[in-house]
Amino acid sequence: MSEAKSEPIIVLEDVCKRFGDFQALTEVNLTVSRGERIVVCGPSGSGKSTMIRCINRLEEHDSGRIIVAGKELTGEVKDIDAVRREVGMVFQSFNLFPHLKVIDNLTLALRLVRKMPKTEARKVAVKYLERVYIPDQADKYPSQLSGGQQQRVAIARALCMNPEVMLFDEPTSALDPEMISEVLDVMRELAEEGMTMICVTHEMGFARSVADLMVFMDRGEIVETAPPGEFFENPRSDRTRLFLGQILSH
Amino acid sequence: MNFDVSLVVESIPRMLEGIGLTLQLLILSSAIGLVLAIITLLMRISGKWFLVAPAAIYIYFFRGTPILVQIFIIYYGLPQLEFIREGALWPVLREPFWCCVIALSLNGGAYVSEILRGGVLGVEKGVLEAASALGISRSQRFVYITSPIAIRLSIPAYSNDMISMVKSTALASTVTLLDMTGVARTIVAQTFAPYEIFIAAASIYLVMAWMIQKGFGLLERRMSRYVKAT
Repeated sequence: MSEAKSEPIIVLEDVCKRFGDFQALTEVNLTVSRGERIVVCGPSGSGKSTMIRCINRLEEHDSGRIIVAGKELTGEVKDIDAVRREVGMVFQSFNLFPHLKVIDNLTLALRLVRKMPKTEARKVAVKYLERVYIPDQADKYPSQLSGGQQQRVAIARALCMNPEVMLFDEPTSALDPEMISEVLDVMRELAEEGMTMICVTHEMGFARSVADLMVFMDRGEIVETAPPGEFFENPRSDRTRLFLGQILSH
Repeated sequence: MNFDVSLVVESIPRMLEGIGLTLQLLILSSAIGLVLAIITLLMRISGKWFLVAPAAIYIYFFRGTPILVQIFIIYYGLPQLEFIREGALWPVLREPFWCCVIALSLNGGAYVSEILRGGVLGVEKGVLEAASALGISRSQRFVYITSPIAIRLSIPAYSNDMISMVKSTALASTVTLLDMTGVARTIVAQTFAPYEIFIAAASIYLVMAWMIQKGFGLLERRMSRYVKAT
């Protein structure tokens, strides 16, 4: 990519989205620069997931503009696939392919989308399995792994495609407490290596140490954006203060 | 009344002469039925009304009427139409064997497409989303993700349907064919011993059903190796 480091990689302009009568997103504006790490938080139903799902078109926005890596998301299938190749996504419920071994979970898209030969795809896959510290699980099926291991496989699967941006949709919410840190550690390392990340999470310790920018959403709106220091010490909005009070009180 | 065991034993080899025809009906009808089922399934899940509607009507008709009636319509009904008698398909449609294959295939296709649709609907949405997010196209998702998972989910019901199909082939005897049941009826006409002869026939059907059940059981276990043992 030839763009300068400060060039925005994701731009959301006045993005709106309804599900029936429910207004999921109301005029959301957000600009993400290359290498920037953004943590999105907010109460459930506030539109956090919907926002990041719109970025790779798992949800279709109703109005406004979404531009990813210079391409605007319209109805064109070609553009959607091009954008999806640049954007990796990690889900709350892992969503590994249950019928494929770990290694094949990683190589499937490399072979189908990147048209990579089998041996080369395997090499890439092994490299990323090492990076998430589970190269020894390559020949197991997802159901034979713990939740934390499954989520690390899911991260490796997304990384294999060499995306420009990684989206995390509550990656630790479905995990048993003792497995949360192994996933957060991998994410923290990714952040340190300069990966552009948008992460929906309630792990405020992680947010404080990793985020360049905190985004607080409520009722489909972005209520507040601030660097973590300011966000945690001195939130401007009452809604932010209330939310932080609720999740940090215990 | 006396139950003559030796008659049962003696009649079994004769009845096995009909097993060839029974197996031909079974294999041909289930193979053609499976092809029809896949086509119908693709039409049903296409989301286009002009494909969904004919598929739904087809399924409704063949699930909603007895196979025996369908065989009679095809065997006795179609030849009433002149364009059928003069058409290119007449050499096929005047043969009772092919009429049975047609009826059984169409029937199987309707049931199996619904079985497969259940399998497709059983694939978790999130898994398909993950594939989309990786840039895997819609048709590739169907081939590499949906199909293998849906097939595994469909096997128990499909095995059930195969066993039904074995038993449905017996209806061929109503249109003069000498399948196992047809042979059994012939022997009964000669010996006047329906009890023994039909018990002999039943036991052969039971063996066939057992083999199908075992075969699909093995297949199911093989295809479920990735599912967590609980």
